[in-house]
This record gives sequence, C-alpha cells and structure tokens, in this order.
Amino acid sequence: MLLLLLVWQLITAFGLVSAFLLPPPAQVLDAFVEAVSSGLLARHTLTTLEEMFFGLLLGVSIGLSLGYLIAKAPLLEFILSPIIVAFQSTPIVAYAPLLIIWLGSGVESKIVTTAVIVFFPMLVNTIAGIRAVPPQLQDLMHSLNARPWQSFRHLELPSALPVILAGLRTSATLAVIGAVVGEFVSSGSGLGHLVTLARNLYDTPLVFVSVFTMTFIALSLYGAVALLEWRLLAWRRRSSAS
Amino acid sequence: MKLSLRDISVDFRGANGGRLAALGPISLDVAEGEFVCIVGPSGCGKSTLIRVVAGLQAPTTGIVEADGESISRPSSATAIMFQDANLMPWRSVQDNIALPLELAGVPKAARYATVAELLPQLHLEDFAGAYPAELSGGMAQRVALGRVIVQHPRLLLLDEPFGALDALTREKLSLELLQVWRGSGQTVVMVTHNINEAVLLADRVIVMSSRPGRTVADISIDLPRPRRVEQLFCEAFLILAREVRSAIEKEAA
Repeated sequence: MLLLLLVWQLITAFGLVSAFLLPPPAQVLDAFVEAVSSGLLARHTLTTLEEMFFGLLLGVSIGLSLGYLIAKAPLLEFILSPIIVAFQSTPIVAYAPLLIIWLGSGVESKIVTTAVIVFFPMLVNTIAGIRAVPPQLQDLMHSLNARPWQSFRHLELPSALPVILAGLRTSATLAVIGAVVGEFVSSGSGLGHLVTLARNLYDTPLVFVSVFTMTFIALSLYGAVALLEWRLLAWRRRSSAS
Repeated sequence: MKLSLRDISVDFRGANGGRLAALGPISLDVAEGEFVCIVGPSGCGKSTLIRVVAGLQAPTTGIVEADGESISRPSSATAIMFQDANLMPWRSVQDNIALPLELAGVPKAARYATVAELLPQLHLEDFAGAYPAELSGGMAQRVALGRVIVQHPRLLLLDEPFGALDALTREKLSLELLQVWRGSGQTVVMVTHNINEAVLLADRVIVMSSRPGRTVADISIDLPRPRRVEQLFCEAFLILAREVRSAIEKEAA
C-alpha cells in the first residue's frame, strides 16, 4: 500500500504523467478534505451504503433460503437452474437499464442490482455446504429422533457454515459493484453518481476520492465478514492448532 | 428390552438395476439384559442388520419387535454407537456428550451437571472443553460412549465401535463398556470382527454367513462375570474362541 503511494508520488513529482490524468496525492487529499467538509462525500456514501445494505439483506436471504431448498430437493434444481444460470451469465450492466425503467432511478433499482449480484455466490455456496453435510451425522441425528428444525439448527447450519461464510465473503465485495453499476446507469445520488459527476466536470481528483471510498467500503465489508468467520468458526482454530 | 427379529431381509438396488440381496432372511431373539455379539465375514450385512434394528433402514421383508411392538423408526429407548466416533467437530467434548439431552430439551445447567458427573468415569475430566480434532481415537470413542450413556437406552446397538482402534485401547475400552453395562439391565447387540472381543464381552455369539447374511451358529458364552483380561488366556475361553473361529471359517470356505 505504502509502496503504491510512493510510486504514485514519484510519477507525479517528476511530471511523467500530466496532473490532469494522474493528480498528485496531495491534490487528491485536498479534494477529499473538501468533499468531507462540504458534506458531499457523506451524502453520496450514505446512499451507496443504504443500497448495499438492503441489497445484501435481500440477496443473501434469498440465496440462503433458495439454496437450502434446492439442496434438499434436486427436482427444484432441475427446474430452476437454467433460469438461474441464464440470469447469472448475462452481464448485469446489460439489464440494469431495464431495472431502472421498472423501478425508477431511486435507491430501489440499485437495491435490486446489488441483490442480484450477491445472490449467486450465496446460492452456490449454500447448496454446496448443505449437500456436504456428512451422512453419518445425519444418521446420528436421525437415531436421536431429532426434529427437522433441530437437524437444521444443530447439524446442517453449523456443518455448512464455513462454506456459506466463504460465499458471504465473495458477496460482500460484490455488493459495492452491484450498487455502483446501478448508479452508473441512472441515479441522482451515490458514489457511482459522484464519479459520473466528477468526470463530467473534468475533476479527476474527485474521481479518485470516490473510487478510493468505494475501495475502502469493499475492504471494510470484507474485513467485517472475516471477523464474523473468526468469531463463528473459533472451533476450527482450536482444531488446526493441535 | 426384549428384541425379536422375524425373517428380516434387506435387498439393495445393484449397479445394473438388478436387486442385490444384502442380508437374510435372518431371525433372532435377544432376551432382556442379554449381551449378544454378531460376528461374520466382511460384507455379510452385519452393519445393515444393526441399522435395521435401529430403525435407520427399513427391511425389505420381515419385522423387528421390541417388547412385542414393531419398530419402524428410531426409538428413544434405543441408542446406537457407530464404528466412527461420529462427533460434531464444532462441538466441544461436553457439548457432544450432551447432544441427546439438548435435543430432548434438557436445560443447559442440568445438561452440564450430568456430563460433569460422567466425565471422570470416561477418563475425560480434563477434556470437557476440548474439540474432537484435539482427541485421540480412543478418547473420541469414549466421547461417543458418553453420548450413548446419557440417553439411558434400554437397547444398546454397537456397530464395530472399537474397530478403528489399536488392540490395547480396544481391549481397555471393551472392558470399560462392560463396566457401564453391568447392572444396567440394558440389552446389547454388538457387531464386531474380533473373535476374542466377541467371546470376552458376550453372553451369546451369533455367527453370520457371507452375503446375504444368515445365522450359521449361535454359541452361548458361559464364562463367569465380571469378565477380566486374564480370561483371554484361560482354557474355557480358548475352547469357545476356537468354536466361533471354526464356525466362521467353515462359512468362509
């Protein structure tokens, strides 16, 4: 990180690239301070965060529940997988305009683009995790007369959790992409909107500020999921230490 | 619990769509409080038989009766111990042992009290908070044994429970099992490969034929109890062990 900053500083200091294309770090810092003090950055960041939050909530819950159902009922996979794969392999930028037409250019359409993009890793990992529950442990739960929800709570969920959390890690970083793609297509607010705005004003430092903010959000979210894993999968650390 | 198997047979679907007879027909009566060991060549359907009695596998024909009532699904009066310790890696030792109590709705404090009382008997008192990956094979099987004990079963089914352990650990655990069983009035059906183990533990040894498994010998073991390791070398033991061995060999030939 520091090395990158150093290279950046050197390139601009020696005038290798024009300041318009690559503004020096100090100029970006000035733009950052101004964007913070004017409240501009906070306003746009909050919009993007709101879209990401609800998008994640929606996409993750649908991915989890549909993944669980599919893992339990192979017939459902047979029916649904062509639709899901078709949806997933079409670039989201291609149909984001449709979502804007249907849902308007407010936060709702971005919540949906985010949900769509985070849904797939959650779905795939939930299916894989639930299918990998050891059959001997299912026999054990069966022999103990466990009710279906007890099997879910005490066997399927903890057994699939490492794989599900790995999916969540992917989803968390994709959430920023989902929200910003939607904002690029059409919006009145958000970090993607700020990038478009700055570009039209030829304000390269502000573009940098917006991009760095997105990166920071994505990294923090990734860190939050890693922390969650660290807490929930404490038994794995103990197990590998021995 | 009195157990009665009537003409049990199990067929599996073969690779080419045909039916593969895995077990039986076999009939067997086990008296209340009796310790029965089932031995036989690999693949004769011993484990399938245990699964049928446990209610985990429906027989193709025949019925299983426990105290005169037919069994078709797992009963809370029956507990099963598998060849693999089959512990949940995300649960500590005490939480693994307490699993059946937790599923039955016993409050946390009562669960832990029960487990704490049991741990010394299992030589696990220093491992209450350990995770399964931190345990040796013998310790893991002791945890599995503890998980069976807290269920207070009236019928105990053991599917080669010590099969994956070294000879000495195996002997030690078998005798610990006998201590747990003594005076409990539990009926035990145990599958094993090991002739010495079968003769040392059982009141009766059933020898099964190769697939599809049927009863070929039913040998009473009238050695005095409590059983001890020294009995492995006494003459009465050796005669019985030889009798079991020749029944198996005759079948395998």
